[in-house]
Parts: sequence; structure tokens; C-alpha cells
Amino acid sequence: MADVTDKTEARTSGPRESGMNSFNLAGAGRLLARQGILVAFAVFMIGFTLANERFLDPDNIMGVIRSSAILGVMALGVTFVVISGNLDLSVGSMMSFATIVVLDLHDKIGPALAIPGMYAMVLCLGAFIGFLVGYLKLNSLIVTLGMLSAIHGLTLTYSGGKNMDIADKEGTWFSVFGQSDVLGIPVPILLFALVASVLGILLAKTPFGRKVYAVGGNGTAATFSGIRRARVVFTCYLLSAFCVATAGLLQASRSLGSQNTVGQGLELEVLAAVILGGASLLGGSGTIFKTVIGVLILGFIQNGLLLVGLQFYAQYVVTWIIIILAVWLDIAAKRGKLWSPIA
Amino acid sequence: MSQSTPALRLENIVKTFPGVRALDGVSLEVLPGEVHALMGENGAGKSTLMKVLGGLHQPDEGKIIVSEQPVRMASPLDAKSKGIVFIHQELSLASELTVAENIYLGELPKKRFGLVDWQKLYAQTDEILAKLKVGFNAKTRVGDLSIANQQMVEIARALTVDAKAVIFDEPTASLTDAEKVVLFDVIADLKDHGVGIIYISHRMEEIFKITDRISVLRDGSYRGTLVTAKTNEDEITQLMIGRSLDLSRNVNHNELGDVALEVKGLSCGKLYRDVSFEVRRGEVVGFYGLVGAGRTEIAETLFGLREPSAGKILLDGQETRIHSPADAISKGISLVPEDRKGQGLVLGMNCRDNMTLPQVDDLKAGPFVAEGAEVAIFDQYRDRLDIRTPGWKQTVGNLSGGNQQKIVIGKWLSMHPNVLIVDEPTRGIDVGSKSEIHNLIRELAGQGYAVIVISSEMPEVLHVSDRIVAMYSGEIIRTFTSDEVTEDNLIQAISGITPDKAA
Repeated sequence: MADVTDKTEARTSGPRESGMNSFNLAGAGRLLARQGILVAFAVFMIGFTLANERFLDPDNIMGVIRSSAILGVMALGVTFVVISGNLDLSVGSMMSFATIVVLDLHDKIGPALAIPGMYAMVLCLGAFIGFLVGYLKLNSLIVTLGMLSAIHGLTLTYSGGKNMDIADKEGTWFSVFGQSDVLGIPVPILLFALVASVLGILLAKTPFGRKVYAVGGNGTAATFSGIRRARVVFTCYLLSAFCVATAGLLQASRSLGSQNTVGQGLELEVLAAVILGGASLLGGSGTIFKTVIGVLILGFIQNGLLLVGLQFYAQYVVTWIIIILAVWLDIAAKRGKLWSPIA
Repeated sequence: MSQSTPALRLENIVKTFPGVRALDGVSLEVLPGEVHALMGENGAGKSTLMKVLGGLHQPDEGKIIVSEQPVRMASPLDAKSKGIVFIHQELSLASELTVAENIYLGELPKKRFGLVDWQKLYAQTDEILAKLKVGFNAKTRVGDLSIANQQMVEIARALTVDAKAVIFDEPTASLTDAEKVVLFDVIADLKDHGVGIIYISHRMEEIFKITDRISVLRDGSYRGTLVTAKTNEDEITQLMIGRSLDLSRNVNHNELGDVALEVKGLSCGKLYRDVSFEVRRGEVVGFYGLVGAGRTEIAETLFGLREPSAGKILLDGQETRIHSPADAISKGISLVPEDRKGQGLVLGMNCRDNMTLPQVDDLKAGPFVAEGAEVAIFDQYRDRLDIRTPGWKQTVGNLSGGNQQKIVIGKWLSMHPNVLIVDEPTRGIDVGSKSEIHNLIRELAGQGYAVIVISSEMPEVLHVSDRIVAMYSGEIIRTFTSDEVTEDNLIQAISGITPDKAA
């Protein structure tokens, strides 16, 4: 029974890595999914344009980008947190805090001191979260969900529950960040672009950025490579707080007065933008550029829905639908089909 | 082997993925009561073939025939209902549930109102567990079991189905010798009941011990079927990689240099006690012992992942304390960890970034990562270690196990360590890459590295080591030179049979 049936047809190239196969599949699916979002976006855009000719008006476009800037700046910081494998749900109430604080300090110690004072306070909050998540290794969802509520309470306590307004709205230079233009481009857009460029380079080009990806991609392997994980996570939350402070500055400067709840709900929109950009909630993937795209998609869709006459409050529902859609497409991309009946 | 109709037949299976012909007309026939080995290097197509059989992939061409009936496997559940059962390498158990719940998950016996009939469930489960002679019962929480026992739960699950064919994928990877014996008994039992078995493994000794026939795949195509009793390792290896291998005892001793690492009376709680040894430059010291003997824990202590409770570590004669992996790296210690995917690599990252990860802070051009220097390092070690990848941009998760391991080794070699610790260097790696890695370890010692190799495979330890430290239950039982070691006295030392510390 010597059934040595040797079939050695010469084959020039063989599949050396069977892993390649699933990769190609996932790659194709991911491409499809990404394009799926872009296609959906394009359909929306065309629909909005047909429904309301103002949609493609340059003023409207500039307006959308301008009003996306605040959300966008926050999303930049959260991108770092998400890539490192964590969440930050506290950015909304932290932004309220930043806005209220800087407005309050403006009248007390003047804008030149109010701004650094506010940054310092917000960075302290970021450091506290970073300590809890990074060094004490507490679950980021729990920590930042708790901080969402705690910071809201802090803001209300600070303001005594009252709205905050600058006394002399005409006479302060503080409005430059939110209201002026440079070379015809609104300053919020310029600041958004500036922060995006700096953080984009930080993430893509520096050792720190590389470590953020490693920690989020496989924290254990990062530790085994000598990376101090806690420090990386801590720094990500500091960056997030810095971005929130900047967003608060833009918000305060634009309105020169504010409610205590100005940032309420933004944490979800920020997360929606980051996920729309294609960052995985599991960590290890995403880029600043993609987040900027995500922010713009979200902004244009919301604006378009307003222009076609949807109530403003419907946006909360729409944001949720967009999040679900983005998460679904992300998962579909990984398994290569839209839904799978097994498991 | 009977002359009956095959339990399972795969005919001319073709499966292509974009750009790759993963399976090129592969056929395989498993008779009832036969243990049929499926062998091939990583990437030869074994996993793809099994995914086709398990309903995870649909073949482009070819037929699957179970008991003379052509069938289509629509999903893993479908495959199971047709009597094809998989025992996976990576376990898929719910660790918070009991053994019984895991085994009957999805088909729990019910009472009125749809409530679970616990009595019946536990009785049924204990009946199956009795056959497997395991040391746990139906109510044990799966998370409390060792990996080996968890595997037994998987096997028990397979026994609840009326299986025509059972596929074992590297089942012994994490088993101790005693547990292997039980596993082989189970396989023999299945065999007696006329079940066809496909046994996937890289371990030759097991193949020869339990299989009847061996089919070999290479590069996605079928290379032949051998009768186990009429073949030998050489012939199999030839079919698998097209050349033969040398796995003899290490006899080449290098010129030894100074003592690079000395450990005196090192203890770490209950994990290991009073461990002393030294490693010279140019020397490979093998650590051999059962899983849980404390070998990995010693490596982790030297790499700053554990705090020792007593004892000293001396590097180049200087007493030192190692506080963290970063600290260990700065002191010239590198660790190639045992769990390649969990500890060694960031699978979603590309090859280059993985390789330079420990030194990314040092490779700078101004504030930025010097990507050119990184590529240069990658190219150097790709050539030196013969890493087969299309380029540095390739995601590491897409490489075969052997190439992944070479990336990890390259990552640590490029740090130019004084002491290189390699934990299970060839676990789950095909024979071709295995021998390359063995040669590399010898070569590194030749270049003056002090190398520690931790391994659970005796041939490997014997092949690469100048001296062998035998550990049992957290203690060093004996240190052998490669002249005095034999398989027998090594086995005795690591199983605690003769606590002969006299040598």
C-alpha cells in the first residue's frame, strides 16, 4: 500500500501566507465600507443640493466648516485617546467648563490671564483622568462617563448655576478667536487647521505617535517593547484636554457669553466624527486626517438636514444613526460582509 | 484500517482569493477509524482547507463528500450538524460558565417553561467527563481550568455530537506530557468507534505515535500521502519543504567569553525559589521543564516584568536591579517572549514599525522618527534572517508564524543586547523556519551573545544548548553539560522523579 501519489506540478508562485487571504478580503471589504460612507455622503450632498440651492453656496460651506471647527478641535484630541485604545466621554462637559471659566476669569483678571488660567485648569482635569485611566488602569468608559457628570457639577457649582456673560462685549479683544477673519478666512478655521496640522504631525511622525498606535494596537506587546504605557495614555488625555480648552476658547470668544450646558452632548458627536473617519474603537488605528474628514462629513450632513427643513433637535437622532451606521460599516469591513448569521 | 467507504473525502478543492490561489486542487480522504495527519509548512494551505471543510469558506471548485454524500457546508454550525467537528488550537469557551454549560451551550436540556434541566445537564456532562478521565467536574467554572483542561472541555463538546470526522488542530501545543497521554487515549477511543480523525501538527514524534497516514500540502497544492508505518521524518520533511533537516545534538561549542549574566539565589514568591546560574558570552543555556516549572517567570524577572522577592542579578559582574522592561532594555537585556501574537507583536502594525518599536525613541531626526534609518534596520534584518515579506509596509498580522517570529527576533537583535532571552522560539512554527531559527541561535552565540533558550521541546533544547538547566516546580534540579545529558536523565530531572541534586 505504497500510495505515494506525489503531485509536484511546478508552480511558480504559491501562497506563502495564508493570512494574506483573509487580509485581501478584509481589505476589499474595508475599502468598500469606506467608500460606502463616501458614497452615502455624496448621495446626501447631491440630495441636499437639489433640495436647497443654498447648500453649495460658498457662504454656507464656509459657515459649515466654521461651525464644525469647535467640534473638530475636540475630535483631534479624542482621536489620540481612541487610537490608544480608550474613550473620552468627558469632553462635552469639559468644554462647558472651559467656556464658563474663561468667560468668568475674563472679567475678573482680564483676557490675557484668563486664557492661560483656563488652560491650566482644564489640563488639570485631563491629567486627573489620565492618571485614573493610565496609571491606576481604571476602565476609561467608566472614568470618563463619571467625569462627564462630575465636571458638569463642577461647572454648575463654579457658576452658581447662572449663565456667564462678559460685561463689555464691544470693548474686548477677546472676540478675535471666534469672530474675526484673517485673509478672509475665519480664525476658528485657521486655528482648527493649525491644531490639526501640529497634532497630525505629532501622531504620524514622532516616536510618541508611534507609541500611541502600539499601545492601542497591543498594549502587552508595547510593554514588552519597553514602552511606558501609562505615560502614553496619560499624555493622550492631556492632549485631549488641551484640545477641549482650545474648543472652549473658540466657543467663549464667539459668543462672549454662555450657558452652563454649551458642550452638552458634544462627546457623542465628537465620537461620531472620529469613528466616521475610520478610527477603530478597539484602538490602534485612525489618523488625524481621517478625523478631519469625519468632522466635515458630520458637519455637512447636519447642515444639509437643517436646510431641507429638518428640526434642529432631530440632529440628535441623526447623530446617533450616523454613529450606528459607521460602527456597522466598520465591523462589516472586518468580516467582509454586511451581516453574518453565524455568531 | 478497514476497507470501508471513507468517512470524509475532499476532492480537488480549489479556493482562490484576490491575487492568491490558496488551494489548488487539493484532495484528502479519511477512512473511518483512521488518524490522518495533515502536514505542511505554515502557509501551505492547511488552515484554508480546514476553513473550507468547516464552512467558513466556500470552495471555488471541488467536492466535499461525507459518508458517500456530496455536501455543501454553509456554515460552521452546518458542518457540525453533518458530523464534522473541530477541536481548535485557539479555544472558544465562555470562561465564566461551567464546564457543563460550555459543553451543551446551545442545546441545554430543558424542563417545563423552558427552564434548564440542571440535574440532567450535570449528569450527562459527568458521564462524558468520566470517559476522558479528567480531574474536574461538570460544575467547574471553565475560567478556573488550565489551558490543557480547557482543551479537554472542547474535546468533550465534540463527543456530544455524532461525529463522522474530528479535526484536531495542533492539540498538544499547550499540553503537558501527562495530558498528552490522556489526549492520545481519547483519540484512540474515537478511532475504535469508527470516527475519522484529521490530525494537524508540526510535531513529528506525535505524528509517528498516533497517525495511520500522512498527507502533505505545500504552497496550496497536494504533495502526496504517506503511510506512517512505512515512512520516516526525512521523507515527510522532503515533501513538506523539499529538503531534509538536521535536528541532532549540539556538538559545536563556541569559544566562551566572560560571564555576561549571573543569577544568585533568585526567588519570586511561590513561582520559583533559590535559582542560581550563569550565562557566558558565546554560550547558549537551555532551560527545560514542564509548563509551570518557573522558566518563563525567571525570564520575566530578568526583563523587569516581575519583582524578585530575594536574590541577586549580576550583569557583567555588576549587581543590578531591573525595574521595568525599559530598564532591562537599557541594560542590554532582550526578551523574545513566548506568546508571539500577544506579547511580541502589534499585529495591526507594519513590519518595520514592529521591528523598531523598542528603539523608536533613539531613532530620531530632530523631533521626528528617522524613517530612513528604520527602513535600513528593517532591510538589514530582513536579509540577515531571511524574512519573507513583500516589504516593510506589510502588516505583520498577514505574515506566516515563522516570519512573524523572525520579526520579533530581528526586533531584539537590532537592539544589540548583551543577553538575549528566547522563550519558546519555535512554538507553532513550521519545520523549515524552525531549523533556520535554531541555526540562528547557534550563530548568535558564535558572535558572542549570551543566549538563554527556554523551550518545552526536548529536541530543540538538545539541539541548540551548550548547557541545559532542568527545572521542576520552581527549582533548578540539575544543570547538564551537553556531553552528560541524555533524554532519559533530562526527563527524570524535569518530572521530579529522581531529585538527584548531587551533580
